[in-house]
Amino acid sequence: MLSTNLIVLIPLLPLISFLLIALVGRKNFPNLCGALGTIALLTSFLLAATVAYDYFFVAGKVNGIYQQMVPMKIKWLEFSPNVSIDLGILLDPISVMMLVIVTFISLMVHFYSLGYMKGEERYATYYSFLGLFTFSMLGLVISSNIFQIYMFWELVGVSSFLLIGYYFDKPSAVAAAKKAFIVTRFADLGFLIGILVLAYYSGTLDFQTLITRLTTPTDQLHAITTASFLGASALTWGLLLVFMGGAGKSAMLPLHIWLPDAMEGPTPVSALIHAATMVVAGVFLVARLFPVFSISCPSALQVVTWVGASSSLFAAIIACTQTDIKRVLAYSTMSQIGYMMFALGVSGYGGEHGLGYMASMFHLFTHAMFKALLFLGAGAVIHYVHSNEMKDMGGLRKLMPVTHITFLVACLAIAGIPPFAGFFSKEEILQAAFHANTTIFVIAICTAAITAFYMFRLYFNIFWNKEYHAVSHVHDDHAAHDDHHDHGEGPFTMKLPLMILGLLSIVAGFLPFAHLVTSDGKPLETEFHITFSIAPVLLATGGILLAMVFYKKENPRPQAIANGLKGLYTAAYHKFYIDEVYLFFTKKVLFNLVGRPAAWIDKNIVDGTMNLLAFITEQTSYLIKRMQSGRVQSYAAYFFAGVIGFVLVFIYWWK
Amino acid sequence: MNNIGLTHILFISCGLFFIGIYGFLTRRNLITMLMSIELILNSVNINFVAFNKFLWADKLDGLFFSLFNITIAAAEAAVAIAIIINLYRHYKSIDVEVTDTMKF
Amino acid sequence: MKEIVFYILAAAILVGGLLAVTSRRIFRAAVYLLFSLIGIAGLYFYLNYEFIGAVQIVVYVGGIIVLMLFSIFLTQGSGEDMKKPLLGRVIFSALAAIFGCGLVMSFINGHEFTYSAKPALDPSAENIGFQMLNTAQYGYILPFEVVSMLLLASMIACIVIAIKIKVPAHAILPDNPRYHDDIDLPKELVLEENEVVA
Repeated sequence: MLSTNLIVLIPLLPLISFLLIALVGRKNFPNLCGALGTIALLTSFLLAATVAYDYFFVAGKVNGIYQQMVPMKIKWLEFSPNVSIDLGILLDPISVMMLVIVTFISLMVHFYSLGYMKGEERYATYYSFLGLFTFSMLGLVISSNIFQIYMFWELVGVSSFLLIGYYFDKPSAVAAAKKAFIVTRFADLGFLIGILVLAYYSGTLDFQTLITRLTTPTDQLHAITTASFLGASALTWGLLLVFMGGAGKSAMLPLHIWLPDAMEGPTPVSALIHAATMVVAGVFLVARLFPVFSISCPSALQVVTWVGASSSLFAAIIACTQTDIKRVLAYSTMSQIGYMMFALGVSGYGGEHGLGYMASMFHLFTHAMFKALLFLGAGAVIHYVHSNEMKDMGGLRKLMPVTHITFLVACLAIAGIPPFAGFFSKEEILQAAFHANTTIFVIAICTAAITAFYMFRLYFNIFWNKEYHAVSHVHDDHAAHDDHHDHGEGPFTMKLPLMILGLLSIVAGFLPFAHLVTSDGKPLETEFHITFSIAPVLLATGGILLAMVFYKKENPRPQAIANGLKGLYTAAYHKFYIDEVYLFFTKKVLFNLVGRPAAWIDKNIVDGTMNLLAFITEQTSYLIKRMQSGRVQSYAAYFFAGVIGFVLVFIYWWK
Repeated sequence: MNNIGLTHILFISCGLFFIGIYGFLTRRNLITMLMSIELILNSVNINFVAFNKFLWADKLDGLFFSLFNITIAAAEAAVAIAIIINLYRHYKSIDVEVTDTMKF
Repeated sequence: MKEIVFYILAAAILVGGLLAVTSRRIFRAAVYLLFSLIGIAGLYFYLNYEFIGAVQIVVYVGGIIVLMLFSIFLTQGSGEDMKKPLLGRVIFSALAAIFGCGLVMSFINGHEFTYSAKPALDPSAENIGFQMLNTAQYGYILPFEVVSMLLLASMIACIVIAIKIKVPAHAILPDNPRYHDDIDLPKELVLEENEVVA
């Protein structure tokens, strides 16, 4: 049975924890805030698991099809009988799946942070932000209408901003937070316009109604497809603009520039927000509107496909050259999300054609597990060596056995080696791509090989390569030395999430996902072609072996290769100069051509008008002030003139 | 009496009224300003009386108004002179230009 | 004959008034005002309203003018010339007055009055007194009482405003600048420390 109260509690518990910590706990019991937040999340997760169980195995299926359910719907802002903004809960396979993922990853991160963030000055604040973020993300996934999703979307953006800028005394963190906020805000502008376009033509904000109206031949569909702007229909524009919002949050090309910088936040935050949950919001959004994309506007879906595919290859190449381990992971995230995107793009709606959709969601699920694991593992490593740079690491396998094993599992999972989770989801995606578009398939499979290479480059650089020298960083030599004896690999609270996630990264692939989450709710029968899997697995293994040759032992080969491919290497190392292009565009073009004139107008014309008004008022008041002279005779003269004036008016004018 | 009608008397009162206005506007001495006010009041009284005489001779209402006006003018003059004397104590002057402290 | 009387009266009123507002000697101005007021009283007599003419003489000539003369004596030397009014103001006021006067006179001139044909009521003191103290319709007892209240109130007000306040010396604190700025009390008004206020 699906109880509405229970579902409402899932997002509400993190909100309560946020409010409680922020308003009361921060001042009064800062050290208990972590436990408070974790308990709230644990409850939330258990509820989400119950709801998922109920939905998938008890109540969700009618005639073998998973239904969309709306257990709660409140009119929130009513503009007119037809137009209102509601607050509701929409349950369907993807939202239930997201509920579980978000609460679970958030729980893991909460738990992990108990150890990782211990002793931080703003420990309680950190937990309150985590609560806010979790609330917003949960609200986002269960939103029943497009406006509600937008609100939570922005809330997610704000909490992401707060968490990236958590170390606000670090200028780079502040810059990164601003960058993330501005870039996603810019994308959200498109999202908002897209919402308005879709809502204007379909006459509703509600997802179910909107999808029904825009996928079946109705007046609204006719109107939106016939209205055209710059050669594309309003529907295409609306969907593309919505996708622009999604691409901003999901760090797709060319709006990805904020994601690597977002790694300035605490590492568990990166695991939660910038790897497993928030960044897949874009994928979720496209999946939410998937019927519209797929049935009514395949051209928009083509854009999704190409953006996803190019992002995935692009990010994978950059990831090979980065030396900051969190940045490598950030680019890998971007690459994997690109995977999900193009999987959606190549998918059709319903039945066999919906393979890509299913695969995308499946990958989203498994990716959340192993990417969170990778980040938390990286967090443990950073906790140990106090550095993000690969050159400070190496040979950590003996010192951090748990982290080492779990990290290896995660790397194997992301590389797509059977029987780890990533293998299954990736195979589905590759199959879907293979059936749909050969070019995409080639890109995908190349990306898969490169992914294997850079993940194992990361792995070998951290855990093998050279022997670890704790004194390699001079600045906190003594403290670091003490630390290592103190915390070793890390407290239990940090190891447990690693182990749980590691276990899940192994077994998550065996979930009968095709039966649970599909585009139309009907279970999908997927055959498993062993022959098909040979090529990707071999390529991935090749990538791993290559990485092993280059990085297992310290040797000059990587440098030689880098020198050999100097141009490409440098370009990739500098992230293909996208940031510089943006900087050039903003600084030279935007600032000079738009900003300065606007500033000039603001300073001279807008301010000038206001100053002029003030000046005139002032001068007038100086002039007429003298009328208030305090001299009776002047007053009498005015009075007399007034009387005469009235006499004239009344006698000659208004007879 | 045949040629002298209401109009003539009204001319007188009108002239007197504007003489009063002129005086009120030009005089700088408070007492002379008070005199101008008396002139204005008297011109009004003339009007009342003249209207009563020529237009409503069967009634006495205009007379009564004049009587009350005279009474009130007396009261007004008394209060005004009290104020002038008080002002004189403050400023040692009854020049109206001096008493301009109630401004902006 | 009556016309000559009227024009003489009119001349007395207007010339007296004009001189009253233009004379630069205040005492003379008061006397010119007196002539003007007497002329008005004469006008009332001319109109056969003896009672109101008498009141005019009693109240204005006997009361107000005397009051003014006293206040002139109290406030300034009567012999000196008053300051000349500002020329600009004179021109402005004269123009305004002439313009207003012309305007009103043109209205009066253009207006046809319909004279009453009803028999005139005798404006004798008897009739006036009867109607003024009458409580019936058209009786003026209420305004009469109100005016009497007004007179009483103004009398009290005059006393309150014009009375010389005797301030005890200890109330004028040497270090309280308010008293120095505000009121310059003549020395004789300030009581000595040990003097008792009656």
